[in-house]
Amino acid sequence: MRAFTYERASTIEAAAASAASHPSTRFIAGGTNLLDLMKLEIEVPTHLIDVNGLGLDTIEKTPEGGLRIGALVRNTDLAADKTVRRDYGLLSRALLAGASGQLRNKATTAGNLLQRTRCPYFYDTNQPCNKRQPGSGCSAIEGFSRQLGIVGVSDSCIATHPSDMAIALRALDAVVETVKPDGRRHAVPIAEFHRLPGNTPHIETVLEQGEFITGVVLPAPLGGRHIYRKVRDRASYAFALISVGAVIQPDGTGRVAAGGVAHRPWRVEAADVALPQGARPATAALLADARPTEHNRFKIDLVERTLGAVIAEAKG
Amino acid sequence: MLNPTQLEISRRNLLITSAAAAAATSALPLSAAAQTSQTETELTSTVAFAVNGERRELNIDNRTTLLDALREHLHLTGTKKGCDHGQCGACTVMVGGRRVNACLTLAIMHEGDEITTIEGLGQPGNLHPMQAAFVKHDGFQCGYCTPGQICSSVAVLEEIKANIPSHVTTDLTAPASASAEEIRERMSGNICRCGAYSNIVDAITDVAGTRA
Ligand SMILES: Cc1cc2nc3c(=O)[nH]c(=O)nc-3n(C[C@H](O)[C@H](O)[C@H](O)COP(=O)(O)OP(=O)(O)OC[C@H]3O[C@@H](n4cnc5c(N)ncnc54)[C@H](O)[C@@H]3O)c2cc1C
Ligand code: SF4
Ligand code: FES
Ligand code: FES
Repeated sequence: MRAFTYERASTIEAAAASAASHPSTRFIAGGTNLLDLMKLEIEVPTHLIDVNGLGLDTIEKTPEGGLRIGALVRNTDLAADKTVRRDYGLLSRALLAGASGQLRNKATTAGNLLQRTRCPYFYDTNQPCNKRQPGSGCSAIEGFSRQLGIVGVSDSCIATHPSDMAIALRALDAVVETVKPDGRRHAVPIAEFHRLPGNTPHIETVLEQGEFITGVVLPAPLGGRHIYRKVRDRASYAFALISVGAVIQPDGTGRVAAGGVAHRPWRVEAADVALPQGARPATAALLADARPTEHNRFKIDLVERTLGAVIAEAKG
Repeated sequence: MLNPTQLEISRRNLLITSAAAAAATSALPLSAAAQTSQTETELTSTVAFAVNGERRELNIDNRTTLLDALREHLHLTGTKKGCDHGQCGACTVMVGGRRVNACLTLAIMHEGDEITTIEGLGQPGNLHPMQAAFVKHDGFQCGYCTPGQICSSVAVLEEIKANIPSHVTTDLTAPASASAEEIRERMSGNICRCGAYSNIVDAITDVAGTRA
């Protein structure tokens, strides 16, 4: 790990301004992704701003009937919250399907959204990777790509976003609230928050350098059945090969998002429209532009079968 | 002549020193300039926290993980380093009663915190019920993962009591239970390469039963 200086943030605005003034600063929340990457010198900040003293750890009702979740609410506490369990079961389920009890106790809402890919070549600093080192090439496209993305991919990068929580937030149409480095408040719909890789896979979100996430807002509850199904190589404590999150109403209408397939939580309006017709047409719409590799073509069938199981569970 | 303990320590120091030297050499071209422009004091911090009820103050390199602070600075070597990347659970300790991976948190982020390690749970002759249950049920073979397993399982029973749900909880609105299935899922963050899992579940179930 490279040496760094350390400060504890006293206010949100000061934290954002301080981060903007040093280009290689990082905020540290739970630290479970950042420190992992710093040990490997994939992240090499020279200054860390510890944001754990800022509060932002509550879950509150909004006047619109939704919920405002603080950036520093731990994944365990969010999953266990009574209102979330009752009205946004999809979010609890997605959180509980991720990582381990120890990690969820530390992991925060904002840190989870900003966790970086688990592409094996991103982690292997001996291999070219456009995301880690722009312009060096992508080892995954011709390499071992079983775990990687099939849709929204580019010739520069086929990595996936690894968060389970983000799939639920995408299906629930959450909004990410931030403070810009100049102190202005800003809100970004989750649909626009994560970027596709294009030819700049190292730029993963629309956040500016130093922009600080204060929380995430959920709209009023949708009702319906909330189901999250994650398919992975072992039954627990593993990242998704693919996952399907859905909210399905008694009449069969609803919304669906998929994980493990793209550089961002993947949701397509046409797939929501096709949902009442069943898993096959909905998956065809969801993955219409898929460009899988030889190694990960299986994910298309896996999404369809998993969605089939989700629809069956919603009816049962 | 060195006794076995001294030998062990000097071998370990040797390994640590040579690993650090190798890391320093490989990092040199990029970081040397940055490091010399910063004063020594900015790269270290003072932190005070309680470990097993005892106040400890350290002035340490900012990079020191809580795990390394416990093992290398406070010589509490019960907590183990397996992977150093959050993937095995050997480093599990409790901070403010909640289990965390000590390898993925910086010591300097724990100002004022109360940390409990395996040494604090119980001692020879005064075992914590969970330690006694692991002995009774043979919940280990080599024992390397055991301190992490025990800290984790003590916290798991507290999490169930606090009605925190898990991935296998069927009804999110019903109270959490301490079934074997629940315990297996909740303990998935603790890997045991010896495969002592079934006896570990027996030990935890035993303690959960006697407490209920
Ligand atoms: C072994 C292992 C298994 C895992 N398995 C899963 C899994 O199955 N599913 C899953 O979804 N996740 C999994 N994870 C990832 C885990 O969920 C993330 O590490 C965690 O959510 C990150 O949150 P954090 O608070 O620790 O983030 P940190 O590590 O503190 O930060 C991550 C990033 O977010 C930035 N950041 C943090 N807070 C803010 C803020 N308020 N504003 C702006 N920027 C901010 C930091 O600067 C950093 O760049 C796993 C992790 C490990 C180590
Ligand atoms: S897929 Fe993306 S993250 Fe993986 S090697 Fe290619 S560029 Fe790097
Ligand atoms: S040493 Fe911390 S999880 Fe493996
Ligand atoms: S007892 Fe050997 S690793 Fe678990």
